[in-house]
Amino acid sequence: MSATTPSRLEKIIAAGHLAVTSECGPPRNGDPEVVSRKAELLRNHVDAINVTDNQTAVVRQCSLASCIRIKLLGLEPVLQMVTRDRNRIAIQSDLLGATSFGVHNILCLTGDHQRFGDHPTSANVFDMDSTRLIQTVRMMRDEGRLLGGHQMEEGRPQMFIGAAENPFADPFEIRVLRLAKKVAAGAQFIQTQCIYNMEKFKLWMKQVRDEGLHEKVAVLAGITPIKTVGMAKYMKNKVPGIDVPEAVIKRIAGVPKENQAEEGIKLCLEQIEELKEEEGIMGFHIMAIEWEEKVPEIVERAGLFPRPAVNGSE
Amino acid sequence: MIMAKPKKAEEIISRVKDFSRVLVAGCKGCVAICEAGGQKEVEVLASAMRIHFSQIGKRIEIDEVSLSRQCDKEYLQELADSIDSYDAVISLACGAGVQFLTEMYGEKPVFPGVDTCFIGVTEEQGVWSERCQACGNCMLGETGGICPITRCSKRMLNGPCGGSENGKCEISLLVGRDVACGWHLIYERLKKLGELERFRRPSEDKDWTASRDGGPRQIIRKDVRP
Repeated sequence: MSATTPSRLEKIIAAGHLAVTSECGPPRNGDPEVVSRKAELLRNHVDAINVTDNQTAVVRQCSLASCIRIKLLGLEPVLQMVTRDRNRIAIQSDLLGATSFGVHNILCLTGDHQRFGDHPTSANVFDMDSTRLIQTVRMMRDEGRLLGGHQMEEGRPQMFIGAAENPFADPFEIRVLRLAKKVAAGAQFIQTQCIYNMEKFKLWMKQVRDEGLHEKVAVLAGITPIKTVGMAKYMKNKVPGIDVPEAVIKRIAGVPKENQAEEGIKLCLEQIEELKEEEGIMGFHIMAIEWEEKVPEIVERAGLFPRPAVNGSE
Repeated sequence: MIMAKPKKAEEIISRVKDFSRVLVAGCKGCVAICEAGGQKEVEVLASAMRIHFSQIGKRIEIDEVSLSRQCDKEYLQELADSIDSYDAVISLACGAGVQFLTEMYGEKPVFPGVDTCFIGVTEEQGVWSERCQACGNCMLGETGGICPITRCSKRMLNGPCGGSENGKCEISLLVGRDVACGWHLIYERLKKLGELERFRRPSEDKDWTASRDGGPRQIIRKDVRP
């Protein structure tokens, strides 16, 4: 894979380095400092910073504005975009706005259903889904065309296109086929759902390799450190699509409360170590939910620091 | 058929409490089959209203009628001679019937007696489920006879999403009942048909002009016009 966009993330992957991304959740208000502060924490330790788009359907400062803020700090954002809240007019408009500010990475998502969030009585949009969003970005970038047919003379998006995949959702047999579909649509990198069930994840990776997808798409393994046994149980029972095996809960519960956070960090470091050896894993997406300050420590202890420099990135 | 559920009697009563003569008009079509607006429901509602108004000592005359359908002029015509003797009508037809009655008798206040819900089926006695959103562009031939627009909570054309667990949609946790994942159903069905390869092909964008997004719809067929 050779880089074709100005994305630093793409260049890192193309150069054969293990990529490191993390995420930053914007606040539920208009405070200009929160995103800047979270992004600065990550400055030297990650290649790109995802900005979540009203995650779990809770209203937050907008992803695009936060990405621009991060870009202006000289850092590299990944614009997360869900199709839940925008029709194809708004989607393309936001993509063009992001392009005008030099946002070079996008993560295409369908989004959690709005009933999960703080506005459960709202309407949803779902004019298209994540797979079609991937195709839309690719068409705008590679053909310079909007969905309605308008040909852009200049100012095409130059985006490294990503998608999410959840190896733990059902039906399991369909997961790799669906990934193949996203790759066919134009996905170049995948950030996975957070991994706790290593056995199942490796089975999924084997299927990814059997399909030859690991040569077409960069899989970044999703890692979320567990802070407390309560958090582990909550994710197991209340968050759809997250698979936390009983053994993981037992391990965290097995240490005194004050040591549970450290045990969670140790667990995720072991996972990273193990996954470094897994063929097809091209990096890590570390989602330390409301625990961003731990990311630099995890990156350092995982031997992923310092981050490599790449030529020609902005 | 079109599924509806009865509105609470209190809501209906509050709408008509200031009138003296009220007609409760049922419909013998869909709403009768789903036991929301047929003759039986007309009787139940009219009786409840009579009891209520008599308890509070208010005199309101309440009559009952049930039309074959309220979505056809020929049946609505049956009210032509009597409608003027009422101050208001409560229609237990679907939203289409309520509006057509309103259009026909423009001077008369008409209030809905049911909430019109969806196009669906009778799964078992007392259980009705949605099957169609009338998107105007049927794709059941592509999806093994299971509608992703209706059965997927995100109307995805390239499902299932990452929230599908044990055949259940992610919203099951929130709505307090098991909602089947539409794409899981489609997967099982296509597997049976030996057509799983469909999952490899991204779908086209849906043309929503034939759905409600295109504005109020109309079908004009020259072949059946007089």
